[in-house]
Amino acid sequence: MAFMGDMMNPAPLWQNGPAPGAFYNFPANSSGFGPSTRPVQEFKAHSATPITTTTTVIGVKFDKGCVIAADTLGSYGTLARFRDCPRIMKVNDLILLGNGGDYADYQYLKDIIEQKIIDEQCIGDGLLLKPRSLHCWLTRVLYNKRSKMDPLWSNYVVAGIQDGEPFLGAVDKLGTAYEDAAIATGLGAYMATPLVREAVDKGNLDEEGAKALVRKCMEVLFYRDARAFQRYQLGVVTSAGVRIEDLAELKHDWSLAHMIHMK
Amino acid sequence: MFRNQYDSDVTVWSPQGRLHQVEYAMEAVKLGSATVGLKNRQYAVLIALKRAVSELSAYQKKIIPIDEHIGISISGLTADARMLSRFMRTECLNHKYSHDAPMPVGRLIGLVGNKMQICTQRYDKRPLGVGLLVAGYDDQGPHIYQTCPSANFFDCRAMAIGARSQSARTYLEKHLSSFLDCDLQELVAHGLRALRDTLPNEVDLNTKNVSIAIVGPKTPLRIADEEELTRLLALVEGEERRGGSASATGDAGAPADRDRDAPGDDPQPAVAMDTE
Repeated sequence: MAFMGDMMNPAPLWQNGPAPGAFYNFPANSSGFGPSTRPVQEFKAHSATPITTTTTVIGVKFDKGCVIAADTLGSYGTLARFRDCPRIMKVNDLILLGNGGDYADYQYLKDIIEQKIIDEQCIGDGLLLKPRSLHCWLTRVLYNKRSKMDPLWSNYVVAGIQDGEPFLGAVDKLGTAYEDAAIATGLGAYMATPLVREAVDKGNLDEEGAKALVRKCMEVLFYRDARAFQRYQLGVVTSAGVRIEDLAELKHDWSLAHMIHMK
Repeated sequence: MFRNQYDSDVTVWSPQGRLHQVEYAMEAVKLGSATVGLKNRQYAVLIALKRAVSELSAYQKKIIPIDEHIGISISGLTADARMLSRFMRTECLNHKYSHDAPMPVGRLIGLVGNKMQICTQRYDKRPLGVGLLVAGYDDQGPHIYQTCPSANFFDCRAMAIGARSQSARTYLEKHLSSFLDCDLQELVAHGLRALRDTLPNEVDLNTKNVSIAIVGPKTPLRIADEEELTRLLALVEGEERRGGSASATGDAGAPADRDRDAPGDDPQPAVAMDTE
């Protein structure tokens, strides 16, 4: 009777079937009970490369709040593919969120954040998610994903009002997080950061000054960053609330190219 | 065996629309020693009466710190309370880890309520035999919550649970309007007077059988040590019993007689079970 297996380890009832008293793992069902015959983890690069990408987000803290701005171009590599990809979102009355990187990953997380806010409103205790909490939460989500070798290919800039004070923080796709008075991601990290820092370090930056500064940076980036675009969103968060302004459009100024002579 | 034919398990309704097993679980809360919770505009305070199982043992702990800003005081089955307090601690830690902010008290209570409800609706479970008074401080100010084995929870200005706690509630109701604007010392004194009203005549409050926890703005939850306890107990030392110092209540027996859960003397459970 050896074909039946011994008493403690009975043979399967049929080829690849369940043993008596054991759970049956249906074929193609990964979430079965019992020991799996598959390796612990099938390593696979899920998002080793981003597809539709966006570029810089700029954030600046001023005396009573924060300004953030980002253009609306979605690129396929170097191809300027989508011209209307808004990526500044109002989270609640205290928080503005900006994103750069893979646009699909942003849309995925945006839906989750929106649901998080709806869930919070459903509790109905009048408490609002605060920017530091969202910044921390994003850090945990992004770090967790990168630890699974499957990062969400995104930079996030969280701007908001934390207990009456302006808050500005950034998280990257690895879950690296920091707070600063001036933040720029993507190519802007190299070209806009010095401009913004210089103005912030001088101090006394008010809302108008901060907005003018950010607009100047968007212009510089449009001329210098080949993935930038002339249309951009600009959002302001103060204790009065969150406001995302209508799309701004930069005018081309060819007088800068004084070496080029057009007929 | 059974008191009636409709209490065989928690899921059985009586024709009057009652769940007898849940109601029996509510009785377990009344077997634990009394505890009082109250708050003013800034602080929430828990005051608990500790009991010693025997002369040889130490007094059983009644107040469990949950987080920097939340503490609970228990009455009923200690083991169930320890399970719940572990759950609450875990939730607070998880919230702090993922949101870098202390757990809002009301939300924690919502989670506890949901957890406690599940076992009132399944035949293979039993309701938790413990009542909690939760004191906490968050962005919305101080909170006192009461939870029951029936999975109800209440947002309270002041509350007392446990053995003979009706006397304490009578005191609290009488002085309710003065709590909000009094200072921390007066608040604690009110709590002590309320708790003292639950005591039999021959017993008094002392540093051994009283436990006090205070939480408030920039005041992480603090369980008073012996020195502070002595100072706070001195606030009500020598005062006339029953009705407190504020006024003469006349017939002092009245509140105690209304004590539903303790007819006569200090109740002693007939069953051999740890009901502290």
